[in-house]
Amino acid sequence: MTVVPHVPQLPRTPLGRLRWAAADGWTLTLRALTHWVRRPEQLAMNLLFPVMVVLMMGYLFGGQMEVPGGDYRAFIVPGMFAMTMVFGVESTFTAIAVDAARGVADRFRAMPMAPSAVVVGRGAADLVDSLLVLAVMALCGVLIGWRVHGGAGAALAGLGLLLLLRFALIWVGVYLGLVAKGPESVMMIQILVWPVGFLSSALVAPSTMPGWLGAAAEWNPMSATVTACRGLFGDPSRTALASGSWAAGHSVLLAVAWPLVITAVFFPLAVRRHRALGR
Amino acid sequence: MTETQFAVDAAGLRKTYGGTAALDGLDLRVPAGTVHGLLGPNGAGKTTCVRVLATLARPDGGRAAVAGHDVVRAPALVRTRIGLVGQYAAVDEVLTGRQNLVMFGRLHHLGVRRARLRAGELLERFGLADAADRPAAGYSGGMRRRLDLAAGMILAPAVLFLDEPTTGLDPRSRIEVWDAVRALAGGGTTVLLTTQYLEEADRLADAVSVVDRGRVIAEGSPDRLKSRIGGDHLRIVVEDPGDLGTAAAVAGRVSAAEPEVDAGSLAVAAPVPDRVAALTAAVRALDEAGVRVADIGVRRPTLDEVFLHLTGGPPRGQDGPAKDEPAKDEPAKDEPAKNDEEVSA
Repeated sequence: MTVVPHVPQLPRTPLGRLRWAAADGWTLTLRALTHWVRRPEQLAMNLLFPVMVVLMMGYLFGGQMEVPGGDYRAFIVPGMFAMTMVFGVESTFTAIAVDAARGVADRFRAMPMAPSAVVVGRGAADLVDSLLVLAVMALCGVLIGWRVHGGAGAALAGLGLLLLLRFALIWVGVYLGLVAKGPESVMMIQILVWPVGFLSSALVAPSTMPGWLGAAAEWNPMSATVTACRGLFGDPSRTALASGSWAAGHSVLLAVAWPLVITAVFFPLAVRRHRALGR
Repeated sequence: MTETQFAVDAAGLRKTYGGTAALDGLDLRVPAGTVHGLLGPNGAGKTTCVRVLATLARPDGGRAAVAGHDVVRAPALVRTRIGLVGQYAAVDEVLTGRQNLVMFGRLHHLGVRRARLRAGELLERFGLADAADRPAAGYSGGMRRRLDLAAGMILAPAVLFLDEPTTGLDPRSRIEVWDAVRALAGGGTTVLLTTQYLEEADRLADAVSVVDRGRVIAEGSPDRLKSRIGGDHLRIVVEDPGDLGTAAAVAGRVSAAEPEVDAGSLAVAAPVPDRVAALTAAVRALDEAGVRVADIGVRRPTLDEVFLHLTGGPPRGQDGPAKDEPAKDEPAKDEPAKNDEEVSA
């Protein structure tokens, strides 16, 4: 039996460290992507769920919903895009919590790899996953009557805002995954995530809600992304439903600012929590 | 960077969790190329010790060097020389055995080609070649453990930490893992293994440190530890409770020490210097006295007994040689009992 005597040489330069971090992050991104290949049914479920919600909301409630200047089914598609980004917290959380519970996280920490790789790999895979889900949902949206009315640049900007929201929520998922007792706590995340998803402008215009509730919904970070996307995608209802509030009027600004704030809070928390594992 | 003759060299390690001292001045020296067992009940500090040595936890006090590198000052260097196999089979269950090992190889900075070669080599060596391309979720407990061991061996590390490598395995899987560990040790890797199974330490380890409440309370080869509680014991079981006194007198004649009488099980036990002479003399004397004997024999104490003795379990006699040991005064209450249960499981 031949044994490979191999002692990895630690990088000495910042560039070398960056190369290690990139290589290890990529290895763990591939790991996450390999999970899809090995578990196509899981991937199918991930794609099917948002599509089902779009169809359910669109056809079950759509008949009774009046959207001035537009169509309810088209109205909720950008809302569902953003809601799917928010619900993505659950998958980030589960992946991190499973690794911690199974001892895989400890094994990684005892290996000569870049400490950032776990999060970088997770984040990259989650963003790829989000792109795929958005593509499938957009296709589904087109089939039920949703269209992009604005220009391609604006549409891409909308896509960027959606991914920015997902990016910010990666840190929330990582942090909660590190804090949680185990992957079973995903129930807790679901309970936290649903109000954020529904108490928003995704499914109904906040202007139709009682005043205080509408204000809360308008200031919901997810609503900022939804409203901004409706604007960028040129949704016909956007002017008729505008409440005239400051939050609604500055949705693009908020859709950029909120994710930055979330990142500014949860990225350091996640890093600190990760370091605290060694105490 | 100096490679000492000790693969693990720790002195006075301290680590406190929420007011409880998990490590309370633990000293440990493991000569390179040997298998060393850390033996102790749950909560004795074995896992904390491994976590500190494997750079997963920072010690609050003391110092430790692994493969010549300080675990606090140069954790990254330590990580290039160690393998860690924790209490859970820490593998990705969705990936196949081969994909797991290639991934861990890549994370150890082997190139793609070398990582693949190494994965194939390890799968072969750990008897997983046939299952290499099946997801790890479908592996048996023993196979998963062997995959776990293989993952810890990617680098052919100088020091391999095994934290309770056979906990929860059925007897057959346990033997599979033991064989794998022996093969590793044969290849020159220093192995530090923690276990609650005395049989495991007895079979695998060149030397054993008995750990209790965060410190080492006894150290030596399994044989030496056994001889520390008085070598061979003569045990006589009588059929009639009325004969206990006679049996005790007989045992007292062949033993240097006061025999121990257990009326409940109708048994008399006493340490004896010469097993054959003592047994012959006892049989003859009992026969002459007309005592009906249910069972008689001479045996060496098991490591279980050594362990219970040292960690403050029920003492076997007044002649315990471990009186000079620290942490003996207050016996641990529930731990030895728990250990008993798990050993027999």
